[in-house]
Amino acid sequence: MAARQKKLIAAVCAVVVLSGADLIRLARANPTAFAPQVQDNGARRIISLVPNVTEILFAIGAGPQVVGVSSYDDFPPETKALPRVGALLDPDTERIFALRPDLVIVYGSQTELEGQFARAGIRVYAYRHAGIGNVLQTMRDVARLAGRTADGDRAVGDLQAQLDTIRARVRGRPRPRTMLVIGRDMGALRGVYVSGGVGFLHELLDIAGGDDLFADIKRESVQPSNETMIVRAPDVIVELKPGNQPATATLQRERAVWNLLASVPAVRNNRVHLLYGDYLLAAGPRLGRAADTLARALHPDAFLVAEPKGPGR
Amino acid sequence: MMPAAATTPRPQGGIQVRLTAILLGYGALAAAVCVLAPLVGSTHISLARAFDRSIPFADNVDAQIFFVARMPRVLSGAVVGATLATAGVVMQALLRNPLATPFTLGVSAGAALGAILVITFGATVTIGVLSPVPVASLAGALLAAAIVYALATRPGRTMSTAVLLLAGVTLNSFFSALILFVQYMADFTQTYRTVRWLMGDLDVGSFEPIVASLPLVLLAFAMFAVLPRSLNLLSVGADTASTRGVDVARTQRLAFLSSSLATSAAVSLAGPIGFVGIVVPHLVRLMVGVDHRLVLPASALFGAAFLVGCDLVARTVLAPVEVPVGVVTALLGGPFFLWLLVRKS
Repeated sequence: MAARQKKLIAAVCAVVVLSGADLIRLARANPTAFAPQVQDNGARRIISLVPNVTEILFAIGAGPQVVGVSSYDDFPPETKALPRVGALLDPDTERIFALRPDLVIVYGSQTELEGQFARAGIRVYAYRHAGIGNVLQTMRDVARLAGRTADGDRAVGDLQAQLDTIRARVRGRPRPRTMLVIGRDMGALRGVYVSGGVGFLHELLDIAGGDDLFADIKRESVQPSNETMIVRAPDVIVELKPGNQPATATLQRERAVWNLLASVPAVRNNRVHLLYGDYLLAAGPRLGRAADTLARALHPDAFLVAEPKGPGR
Repeated sequence: MMPAAATTPRPQGGIQVRLTAILLGYGALAAAVCVLAPLVGSTHISLARAFDRSIPFADNVDAQIFFVARMPRVLSGAVVGATLATAGVVMQALLRNPLATPFTLGVSAGAALGAILVITFGATVTIGVLSPVPVASLAGALLAAAIVYALATRPGRTMSTAVLLLAGVTLNSFFSALILFVQYMADFTQTYRTVRWLMGDLDVGSFEPIVASLPLVLLAFAMFAVLPRSLNLLSVGADTASTRGVDVARTQRLAFLSSSLATSAAVSLAGPIGFVGIVVPHLVRLMVGVDHRLVLPASALFGAAFLVGCDLVARTVLAPVEVPVGVVTALLGGPFFLWLLVRKS
């Protein structure tokens, strides 16, 4: 008995001594020395936790450099084949480290994560959600980090040109007071959320030739009561919904929900539009397309004249 | 006849007279609030124009505001307030616990789970003419009530309040965990919408949802109507009640079913609006005593007035932005309840 106990104590001591040495070695280690070095010609292994930044990366031709995306990424389709590493609330740090990235794109609010990667010597880009100007700046920033400054400038130029074209197309036309709806319960006028006076959707509406009904409320989203909607009486109601357009019956039923507000000009003049598509709500390179869709809903006359023929739409 | 209750502090002076006085007094209060509330809002409307039938409805903004925006809100506030307050009274008597609320036995958590599942996954589900969220929350609430009922009842035996409470509290936590899980799987906008649903909302937009909830509410109220005398004795204790000739098992079941039905209807109409079911019953008891023959009708009327009043605050105080009504009831009800607690002890 006593001999076995002694042996056991000796074994435990050995383990403690050994792990003590390991601990010291660990404490001395400098993690940045192990981190992949960022070359001057840009990050080679990029992980993006922000879907619209992923979209930007692919748009500037940095798709092949992306080695991991968030669990919500689905555009472009190439992202579906990439490893998923969590999202805003549940980033999987282990998986991210295992993919040996040299650039991680996180949300601006993920400060702890940012610190974690910084300690490991991995470059971090914190994305902040704001207006269209911020989207353009993000395009330039990530392009530079990915070593594709020229591609980034080109993408920014393209998007700006698209937006300018639309702005020019609707210039001089009467600007309808528009309520941009970004959320509502199915089949009822409840839980209605609309765009307020800040953010990319508000700016998109401005470009597409509409005056935001809730521009005076400086928030990205506002939940108006039925009373407020009746009193503010929008000329046009546009609902932006993610996903594909549903069956006609569903579409008609959802549009008919608005008939409750019979005195509202948009309802009386049949100017309630339900627009479907993920691109409508993504602050990324497809903003031009979103502005185009929105402008066509607000100013159909501006698009009646024959467009120059050619490939495209 | 039998004395009303052993715990009634006041001398028995004509229960009919007191009941009439309470119905008149509280009825007048509820009626006054319900008549005045639609006249006030974030905007000024002309009543003369609102009721002017010579103007087509589609042209009459004042009438639209009055009949589409305000009346449904006030009515749903009155129905939900009355329902939650009485359900609270019955729940407190059934569980013989002053801290019981209509949501104690898991009904609201079940409703929330149903609503959240539809908000998250049921983007294209529709059930007839009804919108899916209320239907799903009603189903969830009834499911939760059925589970607790099945767990706590044995044929021919009285319910154990301990089992009821434990089953209810456990179910609450279990459903809450499922809710958190579903929220975790949902994307941000859906999570935001579910959180908003949990704060309660009386802006129902039309009379249909209110009418749809009425059958359940009326059924529950009909069951409440036969309960008061038995509840008086039951709140003293199950043994005392049965020696006085109360069919305890039947009373408990009726109390459980009626309050669960009432709560299910209220939550599916307006979401789980907190504090009404606990503050109103205690306030009313403070004013009229503990006799359920008086407390139940007074709570119904006072609950209606209370919630309509809270919603009035919710829709005007920060206009054009709204405060969720559940936030208002909690902000008003919480401190008041604490004051009540300290004052009594």
